[in-house]
Amino acid sequence: MSTVAPIIQPTQPTEPKNGPAVAMIRSWKSPIALGVFAVLSFLLLVVFGRDGTSTMRLSTSTDLVQLPDVELPTRATGIVVTILLVILAALSTWLVSRHRKVSLWLISGFAVLVLIGFLAWAAAGHTIPVPGLLFGSLSLAVPLIFGALGGVISERVGVVNIAIEGQLLAGAFTSALVASLTGMPLLGLVAAMVAGVLVSFVLAAFSIKYFVDQVIVGVVLNVLVTGLTGFLFSQLLAPNAATLNQPPRFERINIPLLSEIPIIGPVLFRQTLIVYLMYIAVIAVYIGIFHTKWGLRLRAVGEHPQAADTVGINVTGTRFWNVSLAGAIAGLGGAYFTLGSVGAFGKEMTAGAGFIALAAVIFGRWDPIRATLAALLFGFASNLQNVLSIIGSPVPSEFMLMLPYVVTIFAVAGLVGVSRPPAASGKPYIKS
Amino acid sequence: MSDPQVPETQAAAPSNAAPPTQTTPQQAEPPSRWHSMFREITTGSAIISVLAVVLALIAGAILIAFTNEDVQKASGYFFSRPGDTIAAIWDAVSGAYVALFQGSVYNFRRPSFGDGIKPLTETLTFATPLIAAGLGVALGFRVGLFNIGGRGQMLIAATLGGWVAFAVDLPYGIHMVAALIAGILGGAIWGGIVGLLKARTGAHEVITTIMLNYVAGYLVMYLLRDGFLKAPGSNNPKSPASKDTAIFFDLLGPEYNLHFGFVLVIAATVFTWWLLNRSNLGFQFRAVGENPNAARVAGISVKKMYVYAMLFSGGLVGLAGINQVLGTTTSGFGAGLDSGIGFDAITVALLGRSKPWGVFAAGILFGAFKAGGFSMQAAEGVPVDIVLVVQSLIVLFIAAPPLVRTIFRLPAPGSKSRRQLPNVTQEVAAK
Repeated sequence: MSTVAPIIQPTQPTEPKNGPAVAMIRSWKSPIALGVFAVLSFLLLVVFGRDGTSTMRLSTSTDLVQLPDVELPTRATGIVVTILLVILAALSTWLVSRHRKVSLWLISGFAVLVLIGFLAWAAAGHTIPVPGLLFGSLSLAVPLIFGALGGVISERVGVVNIAIEGQLLAGAFTSALVASLTGMPLLGLVAAMVAGVLVSFVLAAFSIKYFVDQVIVGVVLNVLVTGLTGFLFSQLLAPNAATLNQPPRFERINIPLLSEIPIIGPVLFRQTLIVYLMYIAVIAVYIGIFHTKWGLRLRAVGEHPQAADTVGINVTGTRFWNVSLAGAIAGLGGAYFTLGSVGAFGKEMTAGAGFIALAAVIFGRWDPIRATLAALLFGFASNLQNVLSIIGSPVPSEFMLMLPYVVTIFAVAGLVGVSRPPAASGKPYIKS
Repeated sequence: MSDPQVPETQAAAPSNAAPPTQTTPQQAEPPSRWHSMFREITTGSAIISVLAVVLALIAGAILIAFTNEDVQKASGYFFSRPGDTIAAIWDAVSGAYVALFQGSVYNFRRPSFGDGIKPLTETLTFATPLIAAGLGVALGFRVGLFNIGGRGQMLIAATLGGWVAFAVDLPYGIHMVAALIAGILGGAIWGGIVGLLKARTGAHEVITTIMLNYVAGYLVMYLLRDGFLKAPGSNNPKSPASKDTAIFFDLLGPEYNLHFGFVLVIAATVFTWWLLNRSNLGFQFRAVGENPNAARVAGISVKKMYVYAMLFSGGLVGLAGINQVLGTTTSGFGAGLDSGIGFDAITVALLGRSKPWGVFAAGILFGAFKAGGFSMQAAEGVPVDIVLVVQSLIVLFIAAPPLVRTIFRLPAPGSKSRRQLPNVTQEVAAK
């Protein structure tokens, strides 16, 4: 009998795992956050609701399949959306009270509903070109996504990458210079990757070899690259703009069939080469980190370098080369500024995109897919304001511009909560 | 985000761990006083700082020389007359650095001492907000918080303090104090939000400070365009001028720009030093910064410390913001009031190693670069961005003493002296 008891004991607690045994983990954050948003939308959409119809244009004039414009009666849409939001918030409350997790799908659906309600409210009596809105969002998000991917790889391997801004800027500068000199945007792209890697080399050398605090190196590298590119721009590019700062841009490539899918076709598949590279990069980084030997080693080094070292992984080397890889990816994002969107290089043209990418990394909890979604959200938010300022929004434009950042703060405080970085991120590994 | 204090000691750790020499040199033959003093100087951190500045200036010189047109022209016939190239390099580099010095410390071309010293007072004026904001960022670092929200905190400080300065009527002196307090409160509130969010929900301060920078920027833009900051009868997005009763008085008379703000910043440095090194709260701050888990076990409320730290940090950055409104741009401010000081403050705090007096010195150095950079651009046509390069290289080199030691072939601290000592064992010496 005494031998049976210990065998049963360990199996018993696994039984009620979904029950009160894990009640400590239950978090009311998401129901509260969703409830706050539901109340806010009730106030905005119903109490301060506007009359008229909001039109959503779903197709561009060049589309093969023409979808009709969707006309939404503004006030009725607001009421319906609010009811749905309340239902979702109640559902999440129920889920949490039953000790179940609130899924990402529920929250995403909630966010989409809030967006639809808000768009309809803001566009009362006007037309919103949905493909244009999404296309612009993606364009603004591309450098953020590349930057965030660089950040994810670097932090997962254990090196905090504040230098994303510097990598983007270095990529933008060199790609403009090389593409102008050679007349080949593809070479510019390669040069941007090299520039990003060079910035990464400095980051890696100082943080891995000399054990300098990684935050310090990152911040300082941003300043260094800003200063270097600004100096060279004023001394070399600005006086010789015709020969040194007129890079040819990538042409848009329409992917047959895919580009004819209504709404998402024109947005996703009528893009430049850099954007297609971004799709590949997101998928590759995701699969690489979570489903390959390389990713396993990378995460091991970032979470517990000592254990990784014990099983024979070269910690220093792994860190060095993966930080370099992160730099190459971020550099590609920099190239998008010059070869993809703007054309010529301008002083400090990244304008803080690297820091937004860093926020996307943390918002996305160091996961490539989530970080990409966060970057898309930031891009969408900035572009929403552009579109609304054209149709004339009822609130002052400054508040529209502010909105994405306020939403991010709410989201980070309410939904993401305590984010746990890779355990060894930011700590140098000193072999003893 | 770990504490930036750590790496220096960690870097030094391996060399300290080296086994001590078997002999005890003091007993055997005390090395001459000069020798030990020389070793102290060459292995200390002061020499590293000086050499880091030298290295950064050399790198800047290389950049200036390479992009100078005269140098490029002369180097075209380098092999026939190499002297020309060297002379051109010398002209370009020395011209730039002399202009930098004359713009930041003392201008020998001016007739009187009063005129000649004017650049130094400019340096101190530029340094004032850098020191204040740098102290705020440094305080955050000591608690393990990375405050990138300098811009937002400065703007909100300027909004509240600026409003008191131009809209309220108060007697001379009291008005200034009221505006000052309003400004510091503004910065503290904006910083406190971050601390509160981190304490209550665990929201990462890097995200929230960045986001609040944008929120504050747009808020101030709106207020300037259509809110209570709008100057009546003007369409410029600019606030009305601060009233004379609120403005910081000049320290050295009207011909110099140096104002009372500099005295305030000295006081702020003393206060921060006292807070961090002598007060009970500061001890808890540092404990949380070193290891939040250990601090929690020791009974320190880590969450409270985050809130307090961000309040103080924001308040100090707010001092930088109100300093701009009451001291530097008293004729009314726009949304670009911070002019990058919030971000420069991070570098200042890093260079000062998050220590109050270190930040003070770093702020003055960066103030000198700022003041001199503009006169260098005006006099020699060297873009002011070179200053950023030199500044960032200085911080990089100072952060990596082993690198500087390798370049200058200096001995590491605690390493074996190169001088051959007589091989005397302890037993022999004891006899």
